[in-house]
Amino acid sequence: MSKSNFSRRGVLKTGAIAGAGLALPTYLSAASHAGYTNAPTGSSVKFGFNVPQTGPYAEEGLDELRAQELAVEHLNGIGDGGMLNTFSEKNLQGDGILGKKVEFVTGDTQTKSDVARASAQSMIQKDGCVMINGGSSSGVAIAVQGLCQDAGVIFMAGLTHSNDTTGKDKKANGFRHFFNGYMSGAALGPVLEKEYGNERQAYHLTADYTWGWTQQESIAASTEALGWTTTQNVLTPVGAGDFSSYIAPILNSGADTLILNHYGGDMVNSLTQAIQFGLKDKQVNGKDFTIIVPLYSELMAAGAGSNIQGVFGSMNWNWQLQDAGTKAFVKSFGEKYGFPPSNAAHTCYVQTLLYADAVTRAGTFNPCGVAEALEDFEFDGMGNGPTSYRGSDHQCFKDVLVMKGTDNPTNAFDTLEIVEVTPRAQVEYPVDHPMFAGGDLGTCNPGA
Amino acid sequence: MDAFILQILNGLDKGSAYALIALGLTLIFGTLGVVNFAHGALFMIGAFCAVTLQKIFGISFQTIDDTQTDFLGNPLKVDTPYIEAWFGPEMGMAIQDWSVPLAILLVIPVMFFLGWVMERGLIKHFYSRPHADQILVTFGLAIVVGELIKAFYGANPIQTPAPDMFLGTVDVGAWLGMDSGAVAYPKWRMVYFAFSLVTIGAVFAFLQFTTFGMVVRAGMADRETVGLLGIDIDKRFTFMFGLAAAVAGMAGVMYTPILSPHYNIGMDFLVLSFVVVVVGGMGSLPGAVLAGFMLGILQSFASMNEVKAVIPGIDQIIIYLVAIIILLTRPRGLMGRKGVMEE
Repeated sequence: MSKSNFSRRGVLKTGAIAGAGLALPTYLSAASHAGYTNAPTGSSVKFGFNVPQTGPYAEEGLDELRAQELAVEHLNGIGDGGMLNTFSEKNLQGDGILGKKVEFVTGDTQTKSDVARASAQSMIQKDGCVMINGGSSSGVAIAVQGLCQDAGVIFMAGLTHSNDTTGKDKKANGFRHFFNGYMSGAALGPVLEKEYGNERQAYHLTADYTWGWTQQESIAASTEALGWTTTQNVLTPVGAGDFSSYIAPILNSGADTLILNHYGGDMVNSLTQAIQFGLKDKQVNGKDFTIIVPLYSELMAAGAGSNIQGVFGSMNWNWQLQDAGTKAFVKSFGEKYGFPPSNAAHTCYVQTLLYADAVTRAGTFNPCGVAEALEDFEFDGMGNGPTSYRGSDHQCFKDVLVMKGTDNPTNAFDTLEIVEVTPRAQVEYPVDHPMFAGGDLGTCNPGA
Repeated sequence: MDAFILQILNGLDKGSAYALIALGLTLIFGTLGVVNFAHGALFMIGAFCAVTLQKIFGISFQTIDDTQTDFLGNPLKVDTPYIEAWFGPEMGMAIQDWSVPLAILLVIPVMFFLGWVMERGLIKHFYSRPHADQILVTFGLAIVVGELIKAFYGANPIQTPAPDMFLGTVDVGAWLGMDSGAVAYPKWRMVYFAFSLVTIGAVFAFLQFTTFGMVVRAGMADRETVGLLGIDIDKRFTFMFGLAAAVAGMAGVMYTPILSPHYNIGMDFLVLSFVVVVVGGMGSLPGAVLAGFMLGILQSFASMNEVKAVIPGIDQIIIYLVAIIILLTRPRGLMGRKGVMEE
């Protein structure tokens, strides 16, 4: 007599496993059909705007977010279209991207690499974002860029000025519109020579992380080429607050120039304190003591108040430029928010539009298609004159601005004046330049 | 020699801030037995009282100037502060220029009231709870206050300059018989140091030479016995909480020209001030002041290039290193009392 070994529970279990096994190939084939991470399947596509909303660079991050929201409005046909009207490419018609409405989620990086990575990871895994944009620190940008490379999404970096972002830490899935430390040095050098001559003793205070290190290296190389001497480079912790202990030794160091490789709140504090210690009124080596802030932002300038008057620096872009693209963006942003945009806002706005345009030209959201469309892409009408994304390192090349703190400001926004628009040719460098040596761009990762 | 004197001055200046905050922390701990992690937030609120007064003095009415345009090309809106319209441009500008010292008049009642409300409304419910609960609730309160400040004033530091007459430097070198200009130190930092000495002296005098202070000191030593004598020690301790808040607030106001206030400024000082309290000895007021100045000076010297060349990164860890050494050799801190936080 035979006895059946089937039980009700066993049948259900086997059925469930068999069902799952049969369904799996369908799931996998759907994913492989899309062929890349977070391929949009519905009527919309989602971007992740990952910016510092708290922490020392929060003001920059919040301005980036305003610009990103404006860019999404323009992509979806809301508002006056801003730079879409002046952009040299005419693929974007205000009806989304490839017929899909653009949506976005936001995250707070807190200007911390680990938090920024966690936030970006959540945007990719939980929210299904196909592109990550924003940020206001090179440490954060490099961390998020690495994550996006591994996850198979495009990273359109925000405000990151370290040479390493498109140097030794460059990635095939990452693109940087913002300029870098080398470009600041190349643009500032001739202006500093004209203003202060060839014999200067420079003392550097440098933020102790990738951005500070590479900017210091770039500015020192540039000024030493003029004949200046670098007397000392002192590394300072990020967010130190009171820099008096680092400033006091400068007084009797023999230096006649202080170069502040600080950004955001740190720059506001160190500059203010340097002036409190009387550095700007000092005479050393028969020369007036001078202070230089190689990387400026409008938000920092507002925070530093009258202390920045006459202080030289550089910027990626400024709202006072008179080209059609700048005017269109300033009008859109100014009418929506009531004040002019910062250069952090500008770079994130432009990056969002550039990504959207690249998708349209590539005809796909596949990051490898988008990357190919961006590489060696030449464009104009975005506020910086003729610009190109170099394919070999994903760095944008364009004109750079040399700025100076306005001597006699006439209103709240009149903090900085444009001294010179340094032509792109003067700030270009070969891809194998020693300051950008090491690392490997690698190949595009579509993920999935 | 000049570099040495400069770092001593820097250390005294830093130490002033540490000592003032640590003094308030110790007052609260010594009287109420509460570990107040919101004390840095009180320092920050004080700093923002200066910002608020500056903004009040800057409240303006707008007129349209058709001869100029704004950044969008529209006729320029010109802001004129009411204070300049009411008192004349010269007087109005002078009042705005003195907004930081004038904020002291505002901060004392505001902070005293806030301290009183905080103690009666929140802290008193945690007297009998473990220190961990007190730390959690006060730390949470500090975060809430910081976020509220950020929502109102933004995340960027706000410039609150000292009056014009205190800008520039004092020739300390000339005072010490050195070459003129050899040791120049910012005037406002000297003012801050003097202010902290006066404030610390006033608090000690109040506790030492008044009947009220005598009762408080007795309550700090033996609360129960003072209570048995029919004295309502709780009311006096609530007053001391308000006083500690006012001291923290004043320290915050006077520090604004040195460090532009931002919503997180309290947190920057809080951890260091707790180290100061522990090094000085929990519950010891002279210990808090001594440790404040000592650690301030040590931190300044550790930031010297010559020192950092020998031990890189020492400027970041010196305070904690000293704290470890002192706690290993003197577990109650420099001037700690027996029995405090030992049960």
